[in-house]
Amino acid sequence: MAGSRMKLEFSRVIQGRSRLGVLKGLGRNGQDSMEVPGCLLYTHFGTVPHLTQDTLHTLSNLPSVTQVTLSNIAEHQEVLEEFKDGFRKFAGLHDTLLYCSLHDPAAPCPTGYTTNKTVSVWGSGGRIELTVAKFMALQKIVQPDWYQSMADGETWQNNTSRKRVRKSVDRTLTHLDECLVVHQNSQELDGVEVFGVVEGGDILEERVRSARETAKRPVAGFCLDGLQTGSMDQTLRTQLIAAVTKELPEDKPRLLQGVGRPDEVLACVEAGMDLFESFFPFQVTERGCALCFDFNISPDPERAVLELNGGERDTAGETQPNGDHNLDDQTQMTSFEIDLKDKRYQDDFRPLVEGCGCYCCKNHQRAYLHHLLVTNELLAGVLLMIHNTAHYHGFFGALREALANDQLDLLKDRVLRGRGGQTERKE
Amino acid sequence: MAAVIECGADIDTTPENHMSLKKTLSSASPLTLRIVAECSVTKARACDLVLPHCTVSTPVFMPVGTQGTLKGITVDQLEGLGCQICLGNTYHLGMRPGPDLIEKANGLHGFMNWKRNLLTDSGGFQMVSLVELSEVTEEGVKFKSPYDGKEILLSPEKSISIQNSLGSDIMMQLDDVVSSTVTGPRVEEAMHRSIRWLDRCIAANKNPDKQNLFAIIQGGLNADLRKTCLDEMTKRDVPGFAIGGLSGGEEKDDFWRMVTLSTDHLPREKPRYLMGVGYAVDLVVCVALGCDMFDCVFPTRTARFGSALVPWGSLQVKHKQYAKDLQPIDPDCKCPTCKRHSRAYLHALFKSDTAAMHHITIHNIAYQVSAGIAYSRVKVVIMCVFFFFTEFFICFKRADVSEKHLLQV
Repeated sequence: MAGSRMKLEFSRVIQGRSRLGVLKGLGRNGQDSMEVPGCLLYTHFGTVPHLTQDTLHTLSNLPSVTQVTLSNIAEHQEVLEEFKDGFRKFAGLHDTLLYCSLHDPAAPCPTGYTTNKTVSVWGSGGRIELTVAKFMALQKIVQPDWYQSMADGETWQNNTSRKRVRKSVDRTLTHLDECLVVHQNSQELDGVEVFGVVEGGDILEERVRSARETAKRPVAGFCLDGLQTGSMDQTLRTQLIAAVTKELPEDKPRLLQGVGRPDEVLACVEAGMDLFESFFPFQVTERGCALCFDFNISPDPERAVLELNGGERDTAGETQPNGDHNLDDQTQMTSFEIDLKDKRYQDDFRPLVEGCGCYCCKNHQRAYLHHLLVTNELLAGVLLMIHNTAHYHGFFGALREALANDQLDLLKDRVLRGRGGQTERKE
Repeated sequence: MAAVIECGADIDTTPENHMSLKKTLSSASPLTLRIVAECSVTKARACDLVLPHCTVSTPVFMPVGTQGTLKGITVDQLEGLGCQICLGNTYHLGMRPGPDLIEKANGLHGFMNWKRNLLTDSGGFQMVSLVELSEVTEEGVKFKSPYDGKEILLSPEKSISIQNSLGSDIMMQLDDVVSSTVTGPRVEEAMHRSIRWLDRCIAANKNPDKQNLFAIIQGGLNADLRKTCLDEMTKRDVPGFAIGGLSGGEEKDDFWRMVTLSTDHLPREKPRYLMGVGYAVDLVVCVALGCDMFDCVFPTRTARFGSALVPWGSLQVKHKQYAKDLQPIDPDCKCPTCKRHSRAYLHALFKSDTAAMHHITIHNIAYQVSAGIAYSRVKVVIMCVFFFFTEFFICFKRADVSEKHLLQV
């Protein structure tokens, strides 16, 4: 196996499943690292949605890895080819690692266009068909630090046949082998790592087969595809992940695609996942909502008393039934957020989340955000994206800390407590 | 043809000017104008306009933050771009979220969290340009609310009341606004009514010690009417004057004439605000004609369509020709957008994310506020102005603006 420099160093492994540690050996020079469990920084073409450099850098503790997608990039192949110096430089990105995925996790694409030799992505001008050759040509001009290999993941629909699932596993393995051949012969990709993609839909045997086979290839880590939110309920997802991880080497990272809700993240970390995509804060922002779920488990006597006395609880949204099978319904509000368009926030002069140190919470109030949303002002998206990103990354920080201190159950309880909880209605 | 400079305020010591000067320099006043330099060839001047929240260097371009926000830019970014005063719209904010809520939020400053100065217009222009106008009477302007169809009366008293709740540093009188393309007796009627409404506004101002009420000179394109309006309004003791009723599609020749007529008859020691004027060349010319303050939605609005303002005109970033252009929008511009991004990246980004608009907005504000206005205080001191006019010819020279450019623009 070709040596990959990427390596997972554990500080804890809990019950043989949840992993806490540092992913080392990242970047062209192998000097960079990233804490796991962790999430990548979700972007559109290198830009965190709504944010410019100034607004982005009001956030501290940004993930060290930026995610870009071929669905954004593919249509700009010609420009990037002429540019020659890689996507990072083209986008004015400094000091960040780059991970290139195939699809945008927040933009599910139409099905039915995948063939034995191709997958399709949708850019602003329509469908772009990718062969392995074209896929690899794109990787060569993007020059990421690592990328997922080309994969057929069209198995998340309810009525996917066993035959179709098997095909997706076979095709994905073939694509991987072809990608690796090109990769190993490309100077431009020297030092760049490849993640193999594990498919298999909701069929246990196929999942195991895909995992086993992919693990035989010289990849630096694994993406788990076809398990995205809305494709199946969490119980099945956990089952499948557990089965898959048994087949994967311990010291290689596992990236779970398309899963971002806090409850699902927690369950999947428990099942052995390391990396997630951070598209969830973006989805929350787009529906004019702010993340507000509690992830603070540090002992605070004042808070305890407050809660004991039924003190002011922030309204969580309507309970989402666990395991909604509708992928299209990702626009629906979850119980982890508040809907700022609601009239009750019209004269609420508190920050979005008390104690949140983000730019939005330090400078603005719910009433102002409400006004911006009601009047359709662009600043709403900017401020909400800042807050939601900060809150989400804060959650991951709390997750790592909980793992370090053996307090995962406490964290789970705290985070999930908002569901179906007291809804404060102002009449 | 370098101009001879006068530095420092040229204090006219005739008794009445001495008195009014004393008034403007009085420490109780929420506005003080200090003239720092004047060009002796043109009527341009550079001043310090001292307002309650901070001092503003004039000539100044004021970006328009219609609904209590500047189209995707945070207040920190706005401050960082050197903006010392921006606009809010009384009409929009009076509708949503309404004066009561904003008062609860500690005024518009508190609501937006803007620590520098705010200027609010009266709502008059929006009512004419935006909504179904029911009727203008001596009472005020009756119109139909676009949100619930109810009839609303905006009177001078109501406008000032809303602006008092907003707490802006500069408030505009409610004027009877008539398009500059209208002619006939309506223009005269509107001019006289605006004077009467000015008096009502002055009387209605609850916070004269904190909020400055500006008069708005009307009179259309009729020199006599303008002169009458000027004579009358300058008799009122207001801290500043706006030149209104222009920038509405009239011929440029008529436009300049009215501007220069107005500045000829406005007191030197009070600021002159030319409303709605924003294209770079117009700014340059009107500074030469003696105006100090400008506002326009153009730079921020055009940014959202991908149009970036540059010294040589504008650049349509979304056009194919920039797809592979690796230069920044303006290689000489020091704004955050030009320091980091190329035209090619921005061109591509327009297909993926709204942030592309924000990048252009930031650039356009930077351009307009600090560079585009063409005269920094230093330049007022060493400039002269080029105009092509039927009646006179003034020479304008800036290091990087050539004659050819002026002819184009």
